[in-house]
Amino acid sequence: MNLLDPQGPVAAANSTILVDSVFIMLVIVVPTIFAILGFAFWFRASNPKARYQPDFVYSGRVEMVVWAIPALTVILLGGVAWIGSHQLDPAAPVPGTGSPVRIQAVSLDWKWLFIYPDQRIATVNTLTVPAGAELNFQLTSSSVMNTFFIPQLGSMIYTMNGMVTKLNLRADNEGKLKGLSAHFSGDGFPDMMFDVNVISPLAFPDWVAATAKSDAVLNEDSYRKLMQQGIEKGKPAYRLEDPRLFDLIANQHIPPGPGPELISDAGRPHSGGHDAR
Amino acid sequence: MLGKLDWSAIPFDQPIPLIAGAVVLVAILAVLTWVVVKGHLPYLWSEWITSVDHKRIGVMYILLASVMLLRGGSDAIMMRIQQAVAYQSQGYLPPEHYNQIFSAHGTIMIFFVAMPFVIGLMNLIVPLQLGVRDVAFPTLNSVGFWLTATGALLVNLSLVVGEFARTGWLAFPPLSELSYSPGVGVDYYAWSLQISGVGTLVAGINLVTTVLKLRTKGMNYLRMPMFCWTTLASNLLIVAAFPILTATLAMLLLDRYLGFHFFTNEAGGNVMMFMNLIWAWGHPEVYILVLPAFGIFSEVVSTFSGKALFGYRSMVLATMAICVISFMVWLHHFFTMGAGPDVNAIFGIASMIIAIPTGVKIYNWLFTMYGGRIRFATPMLWSVGFMVTFIVGGLTGVLLAVPPADFMLHNSMFLVAHFHNVIIGGVLFGAFAGFEYWFPKAFGFRLDERWGKLAFWFTFLGFFITFVPLYIAGMLGMTRRMQHYDVAAWRPWMIVAAIGMAVLTIGVICQIVQIVVSIRNREALRDRTGDPWDGRSLEWATSSPPPVFNFAFNPDVRGEDAYWDMKARAQQQSLERDRPEYQDIEMPRNSPTGFVCAFFATIMGFALIWHIWWMVILGGLGAWATFVVFAWRDHDEYVIPAEEVAAIDRVNLEERRDLVSMAGTV
Repeated sequence: MNLLDPQGPVAAANSTILVDSVFIMLVIVVPTIFAILGFAFWFRASNPKARYQPDFVYSGRVEMVVWAIPALTVILLGGVAWIGSHQLDPAAPVPGTGSPVRIQAVSLDWKWLFIYPDQRIATVNTLTVPAGAELNFQLTSSSVMNTFFIPQLGSMIYTMNGMVTKLNLRADNEGKLKGLSAHFSGDGFPDMMFDVNVISPLAFPDWVAATAKSDAVLNEDSYRKLMQQGIEKGKPAYRLEDPRLFDLIANQHIPPGPGPELISDAGRPHSGGHDAR
Repeated sequence: MLGKLDWSAIPFDQPIPLIAGAVVLVAILAVLTWVVVKGHLPYLWSEWITSVDHKRIGVMYILLASVMLLRGGSDAIMMRIQQAVAYQSQGYLPPEHYNQIFSAHGTIMIFFVAMPFVIGLMNLIVPLQLGVRDVAFPTLNSVGFWLTATGALLVNLSLVVGEFARTGWLAFPPLSELSYSPGVGVDYYAWSLQISGVGTLVAGINLVTTVLKLRTKGMNYLRMPMFCWTTLASNLLIVAAFPILTATLAMLLLDRYLGFHFFTNEAGGNVMMFMNLIWAWGHPEVYILVLPAFGIFSEVVSTFSGKALFGYRSMVLATMAICVISFMVWLHHFFTMGAGPDVNAIFGIASMIIAIPTGVKIYNWLFTMYGGRIRFATPMLWSVGFMVTFIVGGLTGVLLAVPPADFMLHNSMFLVAHFHNVIIGGVLFGAFAGFEYWFPKAFGFRLDERWGKLAFWFTFLGFFITFVPLYIAGMLGMTRRMQHYDVAAWRPWMIVAAIGMAVLTIGVICQIVQIVVSIRNREALRDRTGDPWDGRSLEWATSSPPPVFNFAFNPDVRGEDAYWDMKARAQQQSLERDRPEYQDIEMPRNSPTGFVCAFFATIMGFALIWHIWWMVILGGLGAWATFVVFAWRDHDEYVIPAEEVAAIDRVNLEERRDLVSMAGTV
């Protein structure tokens, strides 16, 4: 999950900006640290060679330099930030080979549901994508806020109930990656890690066809069961009954997921997540 | 009768909080028994609890912060151990407990450690530096302190009665809404902060008024010590920002108590609004904390370099620039919400702009050291340690302000390492520097240097051993608030961080030992002159500890570094020998208003948390009645006769004369 080992163009650009920014700042930070340590050491009271200049308390030239150095650095970095924000807007398209794959991600308590509306399938806690294709994500949440993040593919984005956020990514190399939720969402939060399988574009249709044969069906009823609080240890896959399921969730036609079941009225309710374990 | 409260609120099935709570309870009872048996209670009541003396209140704030630092630190130790062991396992803390711990850690460290520590130092020192006898509203000052203590008490009560929030220290909805957090945890969180928030707001109003209105003769704005400037900036931010926090939490509470829909998923609630509002307070908050620390470093670096602060006017400008800009950057806390590139870029650049005045400050401290004659006493060590540490935190902070980089690092362990880097390396180092620097002023004896230096080195090294691994874990994709994880690459770094935590703990122990050793050796460490560090500002012009009236005569200020100036002139004129005419001094009477008010506020807060409505009314009426009684008071001042002032002042004057005549080399 190393951020400096990107597996797609978005992550590569993000981490380039990250590293470049660090180096731009190191150029002034390192000499400053040395100056601090150097001045502190040289002007120690016990050093007879250091000249005591109690009246050196103002110098227009020094003032100009000390305002100019951070200002120039910030102008440079500000440029990086401005250009970077626009080029790497999560909603901006990321061209790829072949036809884009639409994926609708829903954060549930505490698992990820990935709906492939065009392929009419859905998976939980596993995201399978073809290498090289543009991945158009639409994201929402069934209940509380979460953040969708695959570190090696780049740019994370919030999921919020009743709202849809957009994210475009591309995975360049086949392999297995990991994704997670990067916004605390309750007791089952650490179990919201999911597998990302990047497979060859040729194998993708086969995987879709195999998944579509699944006995389990995702419709409003089974979704309502899925959105109960709990941890999903398996990796269920579904045939998608209604390709508009995501819209029903996002526009709250299906109401937000319930919280913990109250066992007693006392101050410390037992959460569903704990019971599920 | 008791609302939601019943026996199931006591966590009999969880040994850790129960034992911790029992130990604390026994400790409190032991101390109380000792106080009563030894007959210290009347002294404590009349000299401390009801005191409206800004110095005493400052000391009590710092005491509260120190005790809470131990509580918040225990939470930190538990979290580090949990993350070190919870690889492919549940560790030793179940999620509902771990989640309370990190929420409590953040809440306590910000609201009940950092805030009272800096407010305490400002309270203690600012009136002295301004050359005045008290703050603008002495009784209100006491109310502010005791309300803060109420908040701290309620948070700690949640350890054994009920639960604390499991939502993180900012309680983001919808997780913090009734449907997802039905317990009393969020209520404990919100009511504690509402009550202590009132305390902070009145402290802010008080200090702003003090700086603006109560300066001694000749102390115009551009002669104020830097710490007064940063106090002004910080408290202006408190006055502007804390009402936002109060309003935001009030809305959350309306959602939870009366079925409103400000931030719920349903009925048009908007969680993004909470994000905006809480950070509109939250970002200024970090500058509320760090600006006073900047002030402390300015005082310390200047004093121990034996030089006036380099570029004083530049520093003033930088301080006020930070004060203003800090209100315009809140959105950088949620670049990843999908706001769009223009908004993100503008807020990113605004955030970077704060780095300019901050950088200027670092350079000005650097040039204050240049040409100085630097004495490496403990406060100076903390200051140099701060400069080096803070620069690293500044670098990672500016990095996080670059939106595309933030898209990778938001909410990660890298972020956790960053804000600990600036809050420990900036605020806490500053608080410690101020503590070591002004301790002799408050208590009349210096702190042991050997233990102080050991404490610094362990804390400094411990900080890097703890937080560099967290930076690395963040670069490896690790997000914050994980109760357990299965990623092998994160494990070693979590173990190193736990070791670092152990080193940090040794640092804290050294600090405790330092205080104990210093109290035992207090005669040897006695500061008779009131000026142990060869200081430059007016707090050193009076005795240590200062008399209740601070100054027998309001000092006459003729330039920057007022006391340094006086010392220089006194040497030339071999000190004015003329006997000054002492006069009666009027001082505010002590008042139990603050304590009684907070007592009722505690009852009301507890009752609100547990829905015990009759008790809410009782507490509310009690607090209101206290206020009415205070408002109808007849005598709020007493007179210290001139002879008494003269007697107290002459002792100090003799000691000081010896010092000035000895210091021929200044």
